Amino acid sequence: MTHTVAHQDKTALLVPIVLLAGLLATIAMQTGAIRPPVVTTSSLAPVTVTIAPRAYSYRAPGEFVRGTATVDGPLVTVDNPAPIEIMKYQVSASDYDRCVAYGACKKAEPRRRGLIDVPVTGVSFNDANEYAKWLSEKTGQTWRLPTIGEWAFAAGSKARDHALDIETKDPAERWLAFYEREAKLGANALATPSPIGTFGENEYGVVDLAETVWEWTATCGSRTTLGQADETLTYLDSCGVRLLEGRHRTPMNAFVRDAQGGGCTIGAPPDNLGFRLVREREWWRAPLDYAVGLLTKATSN
Amino acid sequence: MDGQDKVEVSRRTLLGAAAFAGVFGAVLASVPAQAEEAGVTTGPAPDLSALPRKRVELLKPPFVHPHEQIATVGPQVVEFQLVIEEKQLVIDEYGTTVPAMTFNGSVPGPLMVVHQDDYVELTLVNPDTNTMQHNIDFHAATGALGGGGLTLINPGEQVKLRFKATRPGVFVYHCAPGGPMIPWHVVSGMNGAIMVLPRDGLKDGAGKPLKYDYVYYVGEQDFYVPKDADGNFKTYESAGDGYADMLEVMKTLTPTHEVFNGAVGALTGENAMTANVGETVLIVHSQANRDTRPHLIGGHGDHVWATGKFNNPPQIDLETWHIPGGCAGAALYTFLQPGVYAYVNHNLIEAVELGATAHFKVGGEWNDDLMTQVQAPTPIDG
Ligand SMILES: [Cu+2]
Repeated sequence: MTHTVAHQDKTALLVPIVLLAGLLATIAMQTGAIRPPVVTTSSLAPVTVTIAPRAYSYRAPGEFVRGTATVDGPLVTVDNPAPIEIMKYQVSASDYDRCVAYGACKKAEPRRRGLIDVPVTGVSFNDANEYAKWLSEKTGQTWRLPTIGEWAFAAGSKARDHALDIETKDPAERWLAFYEREAKLGANALATPSPIGTFGENEYGVVDLAETVWEWTATCGSRTTLGQADETLTYLDSCGVRLLEGRHRTPMNAFVRDAQGGGCTIGAPPDNLGFRLVREREWWRAPLDYAVGLLTKATSN
Repeated sequence: MDGQDKVEVSRRTLLGAAAFAGVFGAVLASVPAQAEEAGVTTGPAPDLSALPRKRVELLKPPFVHPHEQIATVGPQVVEFQLVIEEKQLVIDEYGTTVPAMTFNGSVPGPLMVVHQDDYVELTLVNPDTNTMQHNIDFHAATGALGGGGLTLINPGEQVKLRFKATRPGVFVYHCAPGGPMIPWHVVSGMNGAIMVLPRDGLKDGAGKPLKYDYVYYVGEQDFYVPKDADGNFKTYESAGDGYADMLEVMKTLTPTHEVFNGAVGALTGENAMTANVGETVLIVHSQANRDTRPHLIGGHGDHVWATGKFNNPPQIDLETWHIPGGCAGAALYTFLQPGVYAYVNHNLIEAVELGATAHFKVGGEWNDDLMTQVQAPTPIDG
């Protein structure tokens, strides 16, 4: 893969210099010498944070069943993820309105508009995708919703594990535990969206995670049947349903803009639906990282 | 007339009563005669000085003050106090507020429990921090507009009313200060309920005693919150400021909120009601203004007095029961299965969109005989 980079540029001397500069910056970032860079390439391009590779784990998305018992999904561990570049802030109501004004996005339907500049709420998965498409066209970059895994990677300590650690044939037991946990998470939350930045940043500089605005992810709803040795017996996804992340993870129909407050469904529905996007990495980033990896190894020996 | 004897008794005893009654004597004298099942009594109230008195501290709904289900003593005078409070209430999770009017600060007001033939003696207080006249109309009482005619008080005043609880059942009480003030005060939160138990407790249609382990009081409230030009709910500094706007919304007969115990989610999550398998719960449900149709999702009504009056045999095995506006109903249910139950107004639009949903958390052992998932969801064969 590194060869691709070399062949791109015939002015051979320049390549190592450019690479070296990039390497130094990346190494500095990874070793924590400087904060992750904030990238602003045009007035439309959002402020982003690059999440440096680290081993992390997250609860596998979707529902899992063993026999007739609903069980926790397995813990997925990722040892060496690629870095991702993700919006520092949730997409704001004013940014979203620009897409609406342009005619590329449908009007958001917030149940309750907060004051000053708040995250956009009252948007469906479909709306979020339209916005990503529009932003990509406008910036010449590729923007998309993160997957559940990418969200957990960026959310770090703000990502919550949803395991209940209850496996029983009694359907009520898990149900009650789930209900009580959600009730606690939802308690005393005032659902009106707060101005962007209200809740501060996590250890990677990502702001307002897991508070009053839930975030759409690209990950489809699914059900997996596990065997006794945790092997997958059946798997069926259902992409009309997408997963939301936030104070708790929850599946939602892709067209829903408002998850409802006073619902009679058991459990606490998300307060508000919004999103943030990741920027797809340029084709040459992966080989560059590989080179960085080799060099880091070489210099540390 | 056959009440002659009793009139004589009453006159004699009135002298004794007057000795201690003071201000309260004026109320006594003006209380009209009341009918009793045993025969009609006319004239002034009997001497109650020989009756035991009991002062009861009321609890905030859904909780109900401790009481006997079967009376172990004879009729008594039961003293309650309601303090009227005009206050801002948050009624949904978006922070929508209404300038509410309340009995004891809660919507609904607290549930009072007495036995048939007890005397309810209510002190109604209208502190000078309030801005309006209020009163109380007990559907359980006889005469004077349910007491409303004797209890209209200004801010800074209090009044004491006594009535005899002649008919067993659950009954609404509400503020009724006259004219358009009546519905406005009621839909601003000024309503509650009283339960008059038969002295020997609840019975099924065959006369078999019925008992409960817990009683919960669910007061359903329709709110009519005006919106601004952008469609956002408006806030008002005081009830008076919002009066004209609210009246317009009220006249559409379409509530913006239909909630249990004063707010969306007041009886869900951490505030969900609780019980265990094998325990019997009495749910008292009132709606002072508008029809409702309670339903326990996943359960039933074992014995239901939909219109709330215990001298009628309860209906059994109900799925949904109808409580007309201005009425309280009572439903008895023994939980047979653990889990989370939703207790809703089964106009599901009102339950889900407008807020009329409560939850029960029920502990205990799952009964596979009653229900079992034979096959978990799995891709369709073939
Ligand atoms: Cu009033």
